[in-house]
Amino acid sequence: MTESSIIRITGPVVEADRMRGAQMYEVVFVGKDELIGEIIGLQNDTATIQVYEDTTGITPGESVKRSKMPLSVELGPGLLEMIYDGIQRPLTELGEISGDFIVRGVSAPALSREKKFHFTPSLSEGDEISGGAVIGSVPETKQILHRILLPPNLSGMVERIAGEGEYTVEETILWIRDATGTVQELTMLQRWPVRVPRPIQSKLPAIRPLITGQRVIDSFFPIVQGGTAAVPGPFGAGKTVVQHQLAKWCDADIIVYVGCGERGNEMADVLRQFPALVDPKTKEPLMKRTVLIGNTSNMPVAAREASVYTGITIAEYYRDMGYSVALMADSTSRWAEAMREISGRLEEMPGEHGYPAYLGSRLADFYERAGRVKTLSGEEGSVSVIGAVSPPGGDFSEPVTQNTLRIVRVFWALDADLAHQRHFPAVNWLLSYSLYSDLVAPWWEKHGGSEWGKMRLDLLALLQKESELEEIVQLVGPDLLPEEDKFTLNVAAILRESFLVQSAFDPVDTFCPPGKQYRMMTLIHRYYRLGRRAVRGMTAAEIQKLPVTARLSRLGPMPHEEFESFYTKVYDEIVNAFPGGED
Amino acid sequence: MPPLREFQSVVRVAGPILAVSGIDDAGYNEVVKVLLPDGTIRAGQVLESRKGMAIVMVFGGTRDLDCDITAVRFTGRPMTMPVSKEMLGRIFSGSAEPIDGGGSVVPEKEMEISGYAINPTKREFPQDSIETGISAIDGMNTLVRGQKLPVFSGSGLPHSFLAAQITRQARVRGTDESFAVVFAAMGITHEEARFFIEEFSETGARAHAVIFLNRADDPAIERIVTPRLALTAAEYLAFDLGMHVLVVMQDITAYCEALREVSAAREEIPARRGYPGYMYTDLASLYERAGRVKGRPGSITQLPILSMPDDDITHPVPDLTGYITEGQIVLSRELHRKGIYPPIDVLPCLSRLMQGGIGEGRTRADHASVSSQLYAAYARGRRLSGLVAVIGDEGLTDVDRLYLTFLDRFEHEFVGQKRDEGRSFDETLDRAWELLSIFPKDELRRIDPKYIDDYYRGGTG
Ligand SMILES: Nc1ncnc2c1ncn2[C@@H]1O[C@H](COP(=O)(O)OP(=O)(O)OP(=O)(O)O)[C@@H](O)[C@H]1O
Ligand SMILES: [Mg+2]
Repeated sequence: MTESSIIRITGPVVEADRMRGAQMYEVVFVGKDELIGEIIGLQNDTATIQVYEDTTGITPGESVKRSKMPLSVELGPGLLEMIYDGIQRPLTELGEISGDFIVRGVSAPALSREKKFHFTPSLSEGDEISGGAVIGSVPETKQILHRILLPPNLSGMVERIAGEGEYTVEETILWIRDATGTVQELTMLQRWPVRVPRPIQSKLPAIRPLITGQRVIDSFFPIVQGGTAAVPGPFGAGKTVVQHQLAKWCDADIIVYVGCGERGNEMADVLRQFPALVDPKTKEPLMKRTVLIGNTSNMPVAAREASVYTGITIAEYYRDMGYSVALMADSTSRWAEAMREISGRLEEMPGEHGYPAYLGSRLADFYERAGRVKTLSGEEGSVSVIGAVSPPGGDFSEPVTQNTLRIVRVFWALDADLAHQRHFPAVNWLLSYSLYSDLVAPWWEKHGGSEWGKMRLDLLALLQKESELEEIVQLVGPDLLPEEDKFTLNVAAILRESFLVQSAFDPVDTFCPPGKQYRMMTLIHRYYRLGRRAVRGMTAAEIQKLPVTARLSRLGPMPHEEFESFYTKVYDEIVNAFPGGED
Repeated sequence: MPPLREFQSVVRVAGPILAVSGIDDAGYNEVVKVLLPDGTIRAGQVLESRKGMAIVMVFGGTRDLDCDITAVRFTGRPMTMPVSKEMLGRIFSGSAEPIDGGGSVVPEKEMEISGYAINPTKREFPQDSIETGISAIDGMNTLVRGQKLPVFSGSGLPHSFLAAQITRQARVRGTDESFAVVFAAMGITHEEARFFIEEFSETGARAHAVIFLNRADDPAIERIVTPRLALTAAEYLAFDLGMHVLVVMQDITAYCEALREVSAAREEIPARRGYPGYMYTDLASLYERAGRVKGRPGSITQLPILSMPDDDITHPVPDLTGYITEGQIVLSRELHRKGIYPPIDVLPCLSRLMQGGIGEGRTRADHASVSSQLYAAYARGRRLSGLVAVIGDEGLTDVDRLYLTFLDRFEHEFVGQKRDEGRSFDETLDRAWELLSIFPKDELRRIDPKYIDDYYRGGTG
């Protein structure tokens, strides 16, 4: 057989001939340095390959070797706490090999081959099992029991299973006789092609909010476990901070954070903070529940394209063990641009803004991998996906934002004006929405209080009213407004400043527990309701001067313990402050 | 890559691009030398290679090239540059030829100019704040060592003065480490170039500076290499020699126009306004070269300067830049017209690394509170002044009027300062308190109450 060789190189895209028999999405090794690439087009015996490393210096005539495997990730114990590039090369280990800078052609296995894990079998000889069955488990961290599952496409009878003990990921732990009578040997290390969703039994409806500790999200525009959300916004509006806050504080079991074409220092920031921060739920370092994928903007663009798939496949893998997983992708626009760049080099017919025509379907396929599911083994697991979107010029009418909005159920629109005033999180309350708010109301009524749904709507209406009044003020000035409207503006300001504003950098306010969120909402709501009645007898300015008004500022940074007694006190104070009192 | 090969088979010339036939083994990104009929030599680089053909971008442009006599020599190497400590104090062309009359630099090392990505796990998170002496920056958008913080400007605005002032005044408290300045000019006027050189000479910074000059009348395509040469020099000084390097690059817009020209000549499908779809990635390959590396003493801080066409911040050049850099300093024509220097409009400004660089033990404990309050107050003042422009000031409350007073004083006394005036962090923050004390205490809702006692100077309010 003649060897395949390169016939053309243009940036990250390479063409090779004599590739007959190769398959779409097959991994190949390109050139003398054996750079990793993936076949993304086939015509007769010519293959088009996207290369995951810098192609500088490659010449036509160099060889291309086939792997006969689709682009896959390694799955098994040891994924947690790792940081990978877009094609799951471990960055810490690469650093040990090649130093401070990433050079071409180096590689290291995604999972350690030396490390031993304590395996406890949960099957015995003679058991009949099918795809997804739990073979055994490994305590990966104190909190996370890593269940080793039979690969989805296998079934048969247990011929032999390893006893409890220490094993590396390459030692055989299960011998299974399949339908054809052959005995297959399995290790804890499995591979799964990243572009193929892992199978499930069925999708389940979402029921529980994913609590993030961010008030504007949890109380106003909630997301659920297994839900999808998009955070679009111009540069500097706070997309990354929102994503980091969610990765830190949301109550999922596992976090997969994909830094897709963004800044190196942001990954360094996560690596610096996460090991030091403690998960409020488990009291373990946050890093222990996290897998990081970092393919920064200056790393190869094709690997950026792959990074979101690498991330979501790892997320699905933990979901299949019965965990709730949250995946953040910052930024999906960079992924879309990587698609555009590759597509341009392929000279495909461009769609809107030069993006390929399949942009919408790729985005849909990706978000479709989120959801609350019944796994093959009958457990319940979920993957929530939160994608940042970086629209050029901050203009939401562009294709990536629009195609994303067609799919996701929560929209947190970040706003440059709010960010400029340092109103953070800069979530625009008039544009944002959540299609899950009714779904989570029962949860909030149980864990917060019975008024949740009503107060939420009242307060959202208050903000809507404020914006209408602002328009009038633009014409006539604030002084001519009726007292009641002046009061409405004052309360809206309190709601914005002390409830919606929440600094990610404040040691206390960075995370606001749901109970406190509910009580903060209650205080402001009560003040609003009673004040609105009182304003018939008092001027808005008089109400503004009441001591109780001042007490409603800076609620967030107040230590949670202090807040409890403060709440009871101020709750009563509000009643007493207004003539007429309780209704 | 194979060694030297020479071809006299240019088959097509289009804009800055030429096609050479007959070559089977051109390396992607390989450096070529184009030998013109009159004997001059221009450098180029392979953009695309196939069996029998190479597409080459010529940095010096394709003027005077022909298809018969012109020869193209493939060097078998990626583009490198010689580096040495001796570069300090020297002036080079936009393609690293000495143009100050001095001899060539004796290299200590050859480095690839495209650089390599810093492994994110090896990055040291930047936290040492730099005192630039400019209140609008230090007080509200603090710069730290290893940050990339561009200046968004427009034609006729004093960005050069500002960049020069920062270069002159920048210091890190309590340190006396070796520093260097690398200046990369891309398409700037002779006058602007002269201003910087004179400025560096007068302040004694010249001896610590490496200057690369591609001026407005120099070949446009050369601008694609100039910043890479500058950043390679900076990496050598920072990561090999342990110096703290400030890289000033002006004008990024001219750089991007050169990218657009190459892209158009290749008939690529453009993204926005004719700029190529890969411009984000390309700019990132420059900006991400800022930073610090664990265990190495030096740092690269970038101060790229760009002019926004039509003062439009949504133009692809400032837009993509803002998406990559760690904040931005935005100059305003309106403030400039009001006679305020530096005309920094703080509202769209941002320093993403400020948080880690300020506070107790770094600058001052009240710094974050003060900055946030200044933002809130200034934003409200601006909103009100817009209102007054429409409806007059009759309808305003007393508190509203305080905001208008604040607005005016803030712009003149806090943002405004002299070209040779350097303010310490303490001076900047004290000045801020003086302005905030215009308000009664309970208006200062963004300030942690514990700082009010120490710093508030207003009445009992
Ligand atoms: N919740 C928050 N609390 C305090 N500060 C915030 C918050 N959100 C954002 N910020 C401020 O805004 C800055 C910019 O936020 P961020 O980096 O998340 O923007 P971005 O939308 O991701 O921008 P880009 O698209 O350029 O990456 C942060 O550095 C921080 O100073
Ligand atoms: Mg971001």
